Amino acid sequence: MLKILKYSFYDLMRSRWSYVYFLFYLALGFVLLFLNNDLSKAVITLMNVIIVLVPLIGTIFGVMYFYNSKEFTELLLAQPLRRSTIFLGQYFGVAGSLTLSLFLGLGVPFVLYGLFKSDAIFNFTLLLVTGAFLTFIFTALAFNIALSNENRIKGFGYAVLLWLFLAVIYDGLFLLSLIVFEEYPLDKFSLAATMCNPIDLSRTLILLKLDISALLGYTGAVFKKFFGTDFGLLISLVVLLFWTILPIWRLAIKSKRKDF
Amino acid sequence: MIQIDNLHKRFGKNQVLSGVELTIKSGGIYAILGPNGSGKTTLIKSILGMVIPNTGTINVLDTNIKNGWRYRKEIDYLPQIANFPSNIRVGELIRMIKDLRQKPSEENKLITLFGLEPFLDKKLGTLSGGTKQKVNIVLTFMFNSPLMILDEPTTGLDPGSLIRLKKLIQEEKEKGKTLLITSHIMQFVEEVADEIVYLLEGKVYFKGSIEELKQKTDQVDVEHAIAAIAMQTTDA
Repeated sequence: MLKILKYSFYDLMRSRWSYVYFLFYLALGFVLLFLNNDLSKAVITLMNVIIVLVPLIGTIFGVMYFYNSKEFTELLLAQPLRRSTIFLGQYFGVAGSLTLSLFLGLGVPFVLYGLFKSDAIFNFTLLLVTGAFLTFIFTALAFNIALSNENRIKGFGYAVLLWLFLAVIYDGLFLLSLIVFEEYPLDKFSLAATMCNPIDLSRTLILLKLDISALLGYTGAVFKKFFGTDFGLLISLVVLLFWTILPIWRLAIKSKRKDF
Repeated sequence: MIQIDNLHKRFGKNQVLSGVELTIKSGGIYAILGPNGSGKTTLIKSILGMVIPNTGTINVLDTNIKNGWRYRKEIDYLPQIANFPSNIRVGELIRMIKDLRQKPSEENKLITLFGLEPFLDKKLGTLSGGTKQKVNIVLTFMFNSPLMILDEPTTGLDPGSLIRLKKLIQEEKEKGKTLLITSHIMQFVEEVADEIVYLLEGKVYFKGSIEELKQKTDQVDVEHAIAAIAMQTTDA
């Protein structure tokens, strides 16, 4: 698998888009730090961008890479390689190079602004870790969609819809349900609903770690009690891990049965 | 070498293979023929494990290929249309395939034979169809595997290269290899094939030598014999 990963990774490292993505984060990091001149505040602004943008890029890149490397995949399928090796290798190549762009693009400006001397380092690390998780989750979901849809336009459409649903529509439905059922105790429900969406989960996790949960009122207190603790952090990371493993597992299973 | 029993494959509503029975003995050149859409490529891809059959078994070198992948070490495959990733260079592609297969290879001899040296640093996307096919041939013939599967090997080749390809095929046969070839060019088939497997409507309609085929259809040349089979079945 490492060989396929290596080739996919090199292939992406040579593509223009990896650099565009890297430069975008680099520019974003510098601009935010220049405007805020405060690491902690920049981390909060950055979170809002990352939470929405990272899944979108992961989804689009994943689908695009999968369809574009169709010929490469067919070439590999005739070689003495396991199918899961081919697809997982490509997947980790894409997700890995995206994560690298994210880490380097944001890491460089923050380090230059004295990240290691500030107390924002933990929050910043958490931000990068959730960013990495989101990249792996959404790239895996995108690969699944592309594998199940021969038609590129359809596959692309479903992938974008999935992102739209998890990033925007899910929150709307969530809020709506809170209003409709406001008579009932909803702490447990909202906790569960947050867990079911990797974007929401990441957002809540970072918000509460950033200690601005006081803004969220009673629900904020419940959430803080849960996510704010080490146990909550652990559970959240486990759920994120679960979100990552599930689509990867499906990818390995589905790829075994597909005709090329 | 290859033993296929009761092979069925359906794509959606389209039944492509319906009960293929085929035994390929070791050594010699087998031409797989049949009209468009008769399931030639599907049959080949089933042997390679790229298409998963609905029912039936395939044994390659006495092992069932279901869920296997190691047996592909013993197969060199030339795909139908040289559809390569467009952004890598010819030399890189050759090195990559060598790296993946980890077998001794003799690509330099073939590169010289087909005059590909000036293209080694060119990206695959910029090559013409014929040049791509030459690269394809180098990638297939550079290893020494007992089974070779060539899907439309003559596509896009100029007469000089075609002669070189035929010579290569003969050389491989003399080494005692088994070759499966599909082609629509009957002159080529007549020149190289020892035996013909004719697929029709997802079944093996005829298997035997070229002479037998001519006798069976009362024709003097292969092209007419093959056409005669197609005519008979459309009349019937």
